[in-house]
Amino acid sequence: MIELHIILFFMILAALIAVEMRGLLNSVIALGAVGMGLVLQFLLLRAPDLAIVQLVVEILILILLIRATVKLDRPSESTLKENWAYVLCLLLFAGVFLWFGYRALEGLPLFGAPEMNVSDYYISNAMEQTGAANIVTSILLDFRAYDTLGEVTVLFTSIVGAIAVLRKIGRKQ
Amino acid sequence: MTLYFMTFILFCIGMYALVVKKNLVKKIIGLVIIENAVNLFLILVGFRFDAEAPILEEGMGKMVAFVDPLPQAMILTSIVIGLGVVALLVAIAIRIYEKYGTFDISQIRELRG
Repeated sequence: MIELHIILFFMILAALIAVEMRGLLNSVIALGAVGMGLVLQFLLLRAPDLAIVQLVVEILILILLIRATVKLDRPSESTLKENWAYVLCLLLFAGVFLWFGYRALEGLPLFGAPEMNVSDYYISNAMEQTGAANIVTSILLDFRAYDTLGEVTVLFTSIVGAIAVLRKIGRKQ
Repeated sequence: MTLYFMTFILFCIGMYALVVKKNLVKKIIGLVIIENAVNLFLILVGFRFDAEAPILEEGMGKMVAFVDPLPQAMILTSIVIGLGVVALLVAIAIRIYEKYGTFDISQIRELRG
């Protein structure tokens, strides 16, 4: 599984570049690199449906962010004054978070051997009960269809919110 | 184990951008990085060695092992919801830029008086 490590290291590098680059357009393009690395990870982890959806969503996020940044090309960012207390606080919080994360990871099952208590039922009964050959689709649209209904509701709400924020008519000057 | 820990580092980078950076677009970028890290972590937890993608084929025996399909279905929902969140955030950021002419939150606070 060395290729997973290599791609994840590449994603961390791209994330650092995206956060620390000065121009906004450069940051947005580096964020696209993170998303494409995630697509490759999903393909290697045997999740082809997720890879397709992540590819489409990443391109849409790239288009949205470029729309937000393409009008201005001046790096108008007031940088925080860096002193030793700031750096010390940052390292302290990151260290505490990573330590607690490490302790929490010790309780998980090992990588590559998941406990599939619920999923075994889905795998053995998907074909008889739903008739779908793709088990992910059968979970998404049959076993857990109310989650998908909630997802569509959230998507509708966000679209209505975006239209209400960006409307041109009926706005007080 | 190292893979899990590297996703935590990715999460930390996104959190750093979300908390420290003063540019609104940088904050949105940090949020997207956090989303990517959490999605990747949950898919890694459901991975199984020497297993197939959860798609049934003709003539496939009962003994074939699949990777965990439940996190994949839930993360599919999560990715699409993430797109909706980013769309709403970008709309609000564009509106703030139209009103104040900057993405910098410290300058916006100064403009208010």
